[in-house]
Amino acid sequence: MREITFMQATLEALSEEMAKNPKIFVMGEGIGKRGGNFNTTKGLFDLYGPDRLCDTPICERGFVGLAAGAAMTGTRPVIDFMFADFILDAAGEIINQIAKIQYMSGGRLKAPVLLRGCIGIGHSAGTHHSGSYYPMYAHFPGLRVVVPSNAYDAKGLLKQSLNSNDPVLFLEHKSLLTKKCPVPEEEFLIPFGKARIVQKGADVTVVALAMMVHQTLEVCKQLEGEGVSVELIDPRTVAPMDIETILDSVHKTGRLLIVDETFAPCGIGAEIAAQVNDRGFDDLDAPIRRLNGAHSPTPYSPPLEAAVVPQPDRIAQEIRDLMAE
Amino acid sequence: MNNLELEKKLDLYRGMRTIRECEERLVRSHQRGLIPGPCHTYIGQEAVAVGVCACLRNDDVIFSTHRGHGHAIAKGLHPRELMAEVFGRATGCSGGRGGSMHLFAPEVGLMGTSGIVGPSILQATGAGYSFKVLKTDQVSVAFFGDGAVNNGAFHEGLNMATIWNLPVLFVCENNQFATEVPFHYSSGNPSVAARGAAYGLPGVEVDGNDVLAVYEVAGEAIQRARSGEGPTLIECKTYRTRPHAEGMDDYSYRTREEVDEWKSRDPILRLREILVADNESMKENLGAMDTEVKALIDEAEKFAEESPYPDPLTAEDHVFSANSRKIDHA
Repeated sequence: MREITFMQATLEALSEEMAKNPKIFVMGEGIGKRGGNFNTTKGLFDLYGPDRLCDTPICERGFVGLAAGAAMTGTRPVIDFMFADFILDAAGEIINQIAKIQYMSGGRLKAPVLLRGCIGIGHSAGTHHSGSYYPMYAHFPGLRVVVPSNAYDAKGLLKQSLNSNDPVLFLEHKSLLTKKCPVPEEEFLIPFGKARIVQKGADVTVVALAMMVHQTLEVCKQLEGEGVSVELIDPRTVAPMDIETILDSVHKTGRLLIVDETFAPCGIGAEIAAQVNDRGFDDLDAPIRRLNGAHSPTPYSPPLEAAVVPQPDRIAQEIRDLMAE
Repeated sequence: MNNLELEKKLDLYRGMRTIRECEERLVRSHQRGLIPGPCHTYIGQEAVAVGVCACLRNDDVIFSTHRGHGHAIAKGLHPRELMAEVFGRATGCSGGRGGSMHLFAPEVGLMGTSGIVGPSILQATGAGYSFKVLKTDQVSVAFFGDGAVNNGAFHEGLNMATIWNLPVLFVCENNQFATEVPFHYSSGNPSVAARGAAYGLPGVEVDGNDVLAVYEVAGEAIQRARSGEGPTLIECKTYRTRPHAEGMDDYSYRTREEVDEWKSRDPILRLREILVADNESMKENLGAMDTEVKALIDEAEKFAEESPYPDPLTAEDHVFSANSRKIDHA
């Protein structure tokens, strides 16, 4: 099978859906002729024209609020944030308007808005270009939150997003954009709320998202040599969260570690741990562990930056510690 | 005055009377404890919603505010669906999930009233963008108060509508108080209409208590929008003669004399005087119309009061489009 990058996969997904559905339009800064800061719309301007590839002024709140009204009146806006950090000015429009439209209107209106942007720590981007924010969005009812870790999942989930009538936050880790993996040329969609078992194992369950999937995979072989068999699960969407697949795995392994680049307090790990405690307590042979990024803004200097993200050696050590419980 | 003009004037009169009658009934309902939440009435401002919406087609859309009952009725929402919603009943236009500040009726182009000041401006701009992408000749209207014009949404929305030449009307109802903060205190420039120039779109000021003037100004702006000539900002100078919300004190920030003075400029009385001055026998017609309107609101109130409350088991319905109470894995 051919291999393409994460970036090529989402571009393909978007272009295929735009060709099929003339109601899809994209808005963002530099997404027109320029093709997007991360090539998210490269070449689409020539195919679909300026109304459907609309460059915006730097007014995030404005164009996200616009997207709400557009979605309510029959089109399907795709808002390209560039960096997910930039959209916090529009948090009210997302949380108070877009996420609530369907409910407030008693189901009379739909809110097919796709909000996409890059997340993640790396490359000394500094703290205004490194955030991930998905636990925050997953907290609110009415939003789908997608955090793919590879090109295949990114394509299938972006296509799913563009066929969903619910608002979707589609967050793309910057360090994954040029990573390749096999992606079929035939049409496929991946449903929300269906985790992927990245690697089967027997001794310990590790749940990880986005870049942390790759960081964990790096140590799995080494741990195998030490006699520890890791089952690695990538939920792919944090809202909805596929807790069933995690529970099934914990039933088998008895141990659970959640590795997450974002902050620990009130985070994804806390949520998964609470749900596994509720429904899988009898399967646990050890306390659930979390390994998170530091609870601080993201520093610039490379050694400081590396210190606030879970690195492979830390992940390996956490797994060993959990096995020793 | 030719017959068509008279007919239109009578429509405007009926529209304003319907809103007034409904709002006065809601005031009493609030006092009777029938309304579980807040209730911001539109009394005194009827000429704005009625004058603007009379120029719109059913498939044109409006986005409104926390003071949105008048806009909803003027756009075609039946008063019984409004009253049932405000009473929290299952038969309300939002199925009891919205209340006074979240009224939705897309089938008549009411795309929502809102509890947050500002988003109506952006959402109307978004509808205008939809119409551009879909290549239709529909028009979108944002209603907002003077409180919204010092909010970033005003700046961002007017600028975007102008650069993309969108078919949008920005209708500022300057009732002179943002809750209880006077506009002259909170704005460096006392004219909202003058701000249009800053964004490169026409800004027009109109007497918001003169329904005929509003109708004329809005009609021209809607015609411009529909024919691809872009957005317009309209400032309607008006006044609410009830407190910000029912049950609130009204004379800590303004005087009784000021309120009474504005009551003498009541938009309904003004149109009535014009109609009667043209034709003395009109008094009878208007009286009959008042009776019809009263009967309509009697029936709406009865409908609302007799309607069932929503089933608590449905409280989590409609969070997502699939309307599943469990997590939707599809």
